[in-house]
Amino acid sequence: MMSESVVDGVPSGVTGLVEDWASDKQAYNVPWGKAMMWIFLVSDTFIFTCFLTGYLNVRLTTTEPWPLQTEIFALTLFGQSVPLVLIAIMTFILITSSGSMALAVNFGYRRDKTKTFWLMVATALLGASFVGMQAFEWTKLIQEGVRPWANPFGAAQFGSVFFMVTGFHGLHVTGGVIYLLVVANKIRKGHYDKKGFEIVEIAGLYWHFVDLVWVFIFAFFYLL
Amino acid sequence: MAYVPLADQDNEADLHHPHSWVTKYVWSQDHKVIAIQYGGTAILVGIAALMLSLLMRMQLGFPETFDLIDPNAYYQSVTMHGMIMVVYMLTALLLGGFGNYMVPLMIGARDMVFPFLNMLSFWFYLVSVLILMASFLVGGGPTGAGWTLYPPQATLAGTPGHDMGIILMLMSLAVFVVAFTMGGLNYVTTILQNRARGMTLMRMPLTVWGIFVATVLGLFAFPALLVSVIMMTFDTLLGTSFFMPAIIESGTALDHNGGSPVLFQHLFWFFGHPEVYIVALPAFGLVSDVLSTHARKNIFGYRMMVWAIIAIGGLSFIVWAHHMYVSGMNPYFGFFFATTTLIIAVPTALKVYNWVLTLWEGDIRLNAPMYFAIGFIFTFIHGGLTGLFLGNVVIDLPLSDTYFVVAHFHMVMGVSPVLVIFASLYHWYPKMSGRMYHEGLAKLHFWITFLGTYAIYLPMHYLGFLGVPRRYYALGQTDFIPESAQDLNAGITIAALIVGSAQILFFINILWSLRNGKKAESNPWGAASLEWQTPDTPPIHGNWGKELPTVYRWAYDYSVPGAKEDFIPQNMADADVEMESKND
Repeated sequence: MMSESVVDGVPSGVTGLVEDWASDKQAYNVPWGKAMMWIFLVSDTFIFTCFLTGYLNVRLTTTEPWPLQTEIFALTLFGQSVPLVLIAIMTFILITSSGSMALAVNFGYRRDKTKTFWLMVATALLGASFVGMQAFEWTKLIQEGVRPWANPFGAAQFGSVFFMVTGFHGLHVTGGVIYLLVVANKIRKGHYDKKGFEIVEIAGLYWHFVDLVWVFIFAFFYLL
Repeated sequence: MAYVPLADQDNEADLHHPHSWVTKYVWSQDHKVIAIQYGGTAILVGIAALMLSLLMRMQLGFPETFDLIDPNAYYQSVTMHGMIMVVYMLTALLLGGFGNYMVPLMIGARDMVFPFLNMLSFWFYLVSVLILMASFLVGGGPTGAGWTLYPPQATLAGTPGHDMGIILMLMSLAVFVVAFTMGGLNYVTTILQNRARGMTLMRMPLTVWGIFVATVLGLFAFPALLVSVIMMTFDTLLGTSFFMPAIIESGTALDHNGGSPVLFQHLFWFFGHPEVYIVALPAFGLVSDVLSTHARKNIFGYRMMVWAIIAIGGLSFIVWAHHMYVSGMNPYFGFFFATTTLIIAVPTALKVYNWVLTLWEGDIRLNAPMYFAIGFIFTFIHGGLTGLFLGNVVIDLPLSDTYFVVAHFHMVMGVSPVLVIFASLYHWYPKMSGRMYHEGLAKLHFWITFLGTYAIYLPMHYLGFLGVPRRYYALGQTDFIPESAQDLNAGITIAALIVGSAQILFFINILWSLRNGKKAESNPWGAASLEWQTPDTPPIHGNWGKELPTVYRWAYDYSVPGAKEDFIPQNMADADVEMESKND
């Protein structure tokens, strides 16, 4: 039979790997939803990669100078201009929310519904505050005259890419907040008592992914 | 708590069984009904696109005689014909249609892993088709930017449909990507996680392999299309300058500045090239199964066929810029992309050899599906060989904007997949409908289609060598093109009209046979793969009745020496195989 044959010239470890992976019924010992979430996230990675590639490209092709991030992302606190302060807080909050999410997954597998519920709500609240601060940042830039099609501080593409990419990421976070709240509510109602609590980890995967994407956006937009 | 794999929990009782006509045929979650909805919609838009191509041919063949379309309508027809055929017809029919129908049946599953998402996928697809069709009704008509939608011309005045048409096209594509993602996630997860007992990856029919790799390609390639669509929408609606450089339109400078049109081309072709294989790989898979079944022989080199599919899929992501040689690029990039492009010929040629070797000394049954499958080998070799010309930078440059390219891609990704689609529709028609089609009518359909495509596309290669440019409404007074080119064009048009109208034979056949066809046995071809072993024909919701099948062998046990029957179904254990008695 095909599956028992060993291919000439290929190390047995490699064929063994392929055979293991190709064994019957399922390739990965995970629930369907988790496998699907992973595949979706890889696909979503391509979306963000294309966005960031597009951003780097127009940053090179534009003829106007790119605005200085230290100035355009600065807040005036106590009469002093502090660069990147808001974004530092936002990043801190989002990373923290990944921590609370990881705890929620842990307590989910321990079947501690109350703690899981509250940790997921906390994660969602942190996410919501991230979106809120993003709205504040957008408002500030819009008041200063930055638009998707115009930017008084230099290249118009800065405004275009900024609103597009942070907006797309913000939509992901918003969607994540709603997703977390829906799942948390179902947990509270005992919807998963029989099915098991993998759903918390699946939601967590999405949430960590959104965080990870933010790290890249942060690095490429605010630091580069 | 120990985790029980979902595949071990037979969930026949959990299936969402329909309760009324509406839930059974309209809001259905059954993969087979969704497949037919997908396929039917795709064929309908395909007919619309076919009509557009006939309009264009009438104009090109008899420019003075017919006055059906003006230059604007010609460009709109080119655009809509291309986009509909590639995305809304072929992709939707092969993955949404055949993917949905075949995957669960061939791997021994009851349904896709998330039937509701699967249903949603179809309805999103339908919405995207309706948005696209709406562009025929708005002022200015559909976009005439060419199916590649290159900016800046796609959005500038002077291009037909530059106001509403292009917006609707972009919206429709975005919705299509969402629809595809929902369906695609389902196919991939189903194939990876929901196979029957004994169905290892290396026992799957090649159809499933083709659909699997094509879907993975789609999940990685469509994001690039989505991103370019979003950026172009912003350029058009918000006045951003992602793809728009400083530009003067009718004497006035536009507000755009500093964008990169080439960025769009890169994003578009990063989607566009894998898209070729999203269409081709399922066709490769389907045709392998048809050939093997009707040749009563196992597919030659199964393992290599699988790895070739995977290799082609991987390589398809690093060849995209061969569509952009004429846009200009660093010669080293041209060298790189030409090399990778030609390397793809290796696994592809391997597949062709294996198809031919499958036929070698086979007990060939010349049924209608086999006609189409063998026809496919011809057209595919033909289109593949002209691909070698176009993959080389120096040969591509003079040929790129001529009819040679039109002939090439129609042979390789137009005619070839369509022949496979016909082969597959005839081949699986008995299982899908429970009736046999009319054999004579199907063979007549084949001969007209097969010979007709050569009558259409062979002369186009020659026109290309003459330098006849593509996408032109009329040739006008051109010194380097001889008068006789017009005669060829007229001949092509006549052939196209005949082939186009001959497709009626197909529709008559399947509609007539639906009522009057001979009742089909459950396995009329004596096929070994799992979808022919269902207890009911056509398979009912849940596919397998009470018990899921167990798989003991690969899908190609044909003419096994010593066995009584010339095929052994995948779900037959070795002990149950009837052997010929020794003293014969």
